[in-house]
Amino acid sequence: MSDIPNPAAPIADPRGASLLVQDGRTKRRNAAEDRFKLYGIVAITIGLLMLLTLLFTIVSRGTGAFQQTFVTLSVPLLEDKLDKNGNRDLEEIKKVSTFGYAPLLKAAFETKIEETGIETELKSKAMADILSKDAAAQLRDHVLANPELIGSVVEFEFLTNSRVDGYLKGRVTRESIANDKNISAEQLDLVDALVADGSLAKRFNLDFITGADASDARPEAAGMGVAMIGSFAMMLVVLVLALPIGVAASIYLEEFAPKNWITDVIEVNISNLAAVPSIVFGILGLAVFINYMHLPNSAPLVGGLVLTLMTLPTIIISTRASLKSVPPSIRDAALGVGASKMQSVFHHVLPLAAPGILTGTIIGLAQALGETAPLLLIGMVGFIASNPPESIAEGLMSPNSAMPAQIYEWAKRADPAFYERAWGGIIILLVFLISMNAIAVLLRRRFERRW
Amino acid sequence: MGQILTTGAVLPLVILIAALALGGYFLARGRALASAQGDSRNLHSLPSYYGYNAVMSVAVPALLVLSIWLLVQPMLVQSSVVEMIPAGAVPEGSSVNLLMSDVRRLADGLDAAVSAGVISAEDAADLSAAGDLRAWLAEQGVAIGGDISPEVLGAAQAFREMTARGNFWRNIIVALIALAGLLIVLRETDAEFRARNRVESGIKALLILAASLAILTTVGIVLSMLFETINFFNLHPWTDFFFGSSWAPNFRGDSDLSILPLLWGTLYISFIALLVAVPIGLFAAIYLSEYAGPKVRATAKPLLEILAGIPTIVYGLFALLTVGPALVRLFGRGEEGILGVEWMSGATSVLTAGLVMGIMLIPFVSSLSDDIINAVPQSLRDGSFGLGATHSETIRQVVIPAALPGIVGAVLLAASRAIGETMIVVLGAGAIARISGNPLEAMTTITTRIVSQLTGDSDFASPETLVAFALGLTLFVLTLGLNVLALYIVRKYREQYE
Repeated sequence: MSDIPNPAAPIADPRGASLLVQDGRTKRRNAAEDRFKLYGIVAITIGLLMLLTLLFTIVSRGTGAFQQTFVTLSVPLLEDKLDKNGNRDLEEIKKVSTFGYAPLLKAAFETKIEETGIETELKSKAMADILSKDAAAQLRDHVLANPELIGSVVEFEFLTNSRVDGYLKGRVTRESIANDKNISAEQLDLVDALVADGSLAKRFNLDFITGADASDARPEAAGMGVAMIGSFAMMLVVLVLALPIGVAASIYLEEFAPKNWITDVIEVNISNLAAVPSIVFGILGLAVFINYMHLPNSAPLVGGLVLTLMTLPTIIISTRASLKSVPPSIRDAALGVGASKMQSVFHHVLPLAAPGILTGTIIGLAQALGETAPLLLIGMVGFIASNPPESIAEGLMSPNSAMPAQIYEWAKRADPAFYERAWGGIIILLVFLISMNAIAVLLRRRFERRW
Repeated sequence: MGQILTTGAVLPLVILIAALALGGYFLARGRALASAQGDSRNLHSLPSYYGYNAVMSVAVPALLVLSIWLLVQPMLVQSSVVEMIPAGAVPEGSSVNLLMSDVRRLADGLDAAVSAGVISAEDAADLSAAGDLRAWLAEQGVAIGGDISPEVLGAAQAFREMTARGNFWRNIIVALIALAGLLIVLRETDAEFRARNRVESGIKALLILAASLAILTTVGIVLSMLFETINFFNLHPWTDFFFGSSWAPNFRGDSDLSILPLLWGTLYISFIALLVAVPIGLFAAIYLSEYAGPKVRATAKPLLEILAGIPTIVYGLFALLTVGPALVRLFGRGEEGILGVEWMSGATSVLTAGLVMGIMLIPFVSSLSDDIINAVPQSLRDGSFGLGATHSETIRQVVIPAALPGIVGAVLLAASRAIGETMIVVLGAGAIARISGNPLEAMTTITTRIVSQLTGDSDFASPETLVAFALGLTLFVLTLGLNVLALYIVRKYREQYE
């Protein structure tokens, strides 16, 4: 407004001599323009940088969990220790507990030292301590599976304990173990010697993906497998319940509902449910499904039910959008050749909307897969999910964890070795989420129709 | 035979209903065709509709009665068994609920023993509370918590007897209803019968049922929390909950349970989160919708939205293990730290949780604002350009004021997300309830306390556990209020330009 020349002033070109030269005011305005644009670029860069940092942190901290340190030992499976009567009766072999196997491990270490000529002042007990507390159980399971091996000497790869594993991964250093009673400098010397010998090394550890969780003292043996089964069981429940109910509700609201206050109440309800904090659904699940209906605590069935209620609004909203995108001419044509309203919807509109419905459902499922808070309240954390279920019914009803709940559980255990597993678990979880979203995008690209 | 009729298993009954329904389909279809002399053109509806009508008439009432029965019977049995237990039979330090779970487990154990054929049904009913009953049951793989008193055994016997009687009548009544449905539908099926209309109104009722599940969920949320909240206020003064000043739950009783410190922590963290998310999200939205070319937009927008798709547990871990320690290196550790100050002692703090939550909310603010800015009509911009304003002047003086209500709505929605967020604060904010202005201190939030009061072995009769429901209800009301307000503002604003 101040650009309007003052009529009282002498008429002069306010911009100076040439159009090509900017005067001070224009310069200022243009500088402000550039600054403003820069703010936007900075904001986006910060956002993308955060994403990059997050992904980088996850990958750099988590990939270690997929590798584990193993030591190869030749274990003499002495007959007089494992099968005193020599009749290979499985019931009798089972009576030897893991404590019975510990001496074999010590003996194995002694032979190893003799063979390789490593010099160490450690007692054989201290040597065996670089193994995982799980090692004896590992050996026992192997012997029980193959009782014919008793009496022979077998080569076996044992998990080392998490400190040794951390030492090889750089997480544990000689300085950091000064106050650590789980490992000593002499043991690390032995580890170095074994590494030089080639019998102690890191390798890919499939058990992290397929195995069960382990107790606090054995982070090296913990895996995601059982929690993964729990998550799948919940997704099954969500899919079986949320998809039909969601589609039915959307069809009613989109195609049949009269415009009245009841319909309005339902619609407002759905949009509000979509914004209710997830923990509130957890409280609902605890109060209704566990305290009132007495469904089993920690069961994936209950988790699935809670997640179903949580996912329904998402599925309803996306289903309604894809029903809406089917042009009215399709409905009119069906009605015109004598179909009933119900037939036109189920025979024509629904099949045409199916790709959109499927996409929305997959995205809803992905959301449910990553949800943690409600699972905390219905008890899917705080225990060790160690037994894979044997049937579908057991998978639904017996206590289990879920992937995000397992990650939370590990994060709570306050041990760097478990932190590594938590990050690794996140990688597995994200792989699932990314593939689900990719499938949704592909479906949309492949089947989307523009009318 | 008695064994079959009193079984608690639902599957045989469902199979029976399914078989009747399937038979009904073919019978009704055949009957309709026969009454039309085998020519389907003489029928009112397509032949299959007569069949579906039969399926519906057989299955729907029977399954409805069955599910109601399944819900109601355990409650009735439970309450009448509870009445039978004399007050003196409840041991010191235990409750009727705990005793009832023993009763139920004992009854289940006896059932398991009977079905395994270890003892006969008659023997199970006549068992006396011999001292070795518990050990004997343990041998059968049934673990009982306490010693089995005669009262518990008696209650368990009554429980079994009542359940068996209930199951007996349930099985008979449901089967009869299914059969009656079949007979009625066969009687009314003929060529004139309007089967399609019947089937379609049935389907429509099903659709309405599915749609009203949303209302049911909301009612369930409110009621489940309301009842427990009322219980809580009966045990604990509501004035302390709303106006007290400290949060110190004590499971031996006599706790201070005031929401104010938690509310303060929640709002403080949300405020910091919005302080991070709103400027970044808003500027990103402005750039993407006003300046960016189609290529930049097509890559940057989905990339930013990935941030919204990452599960919150990931952010929680990021806060606890990456951002927290980084902040400690910056503000803590005294001489060894980067700034050489000793302001922060632990990784969990308001700032840790707030920063990470802010990152999570960036795409939330940016995509909502982006939509709103795009909805501002182009004519407003053109008018401003025509007057000689630069692009940024147009945005600041025309577009943003026009979009302001919508942006406020977006910020409110983000705030409601921040208040209800759980995993980030559980892992990143700490567990100490206090009212303080220092963002480097650990504080706690409503959601964190809900989780900590309700996880683990909780007794649903103590105010320390029930307070979680009051907190939940407060949280629900708070977020609902914000959402309704935000949606109202956004809707009002949209109408302006439509």
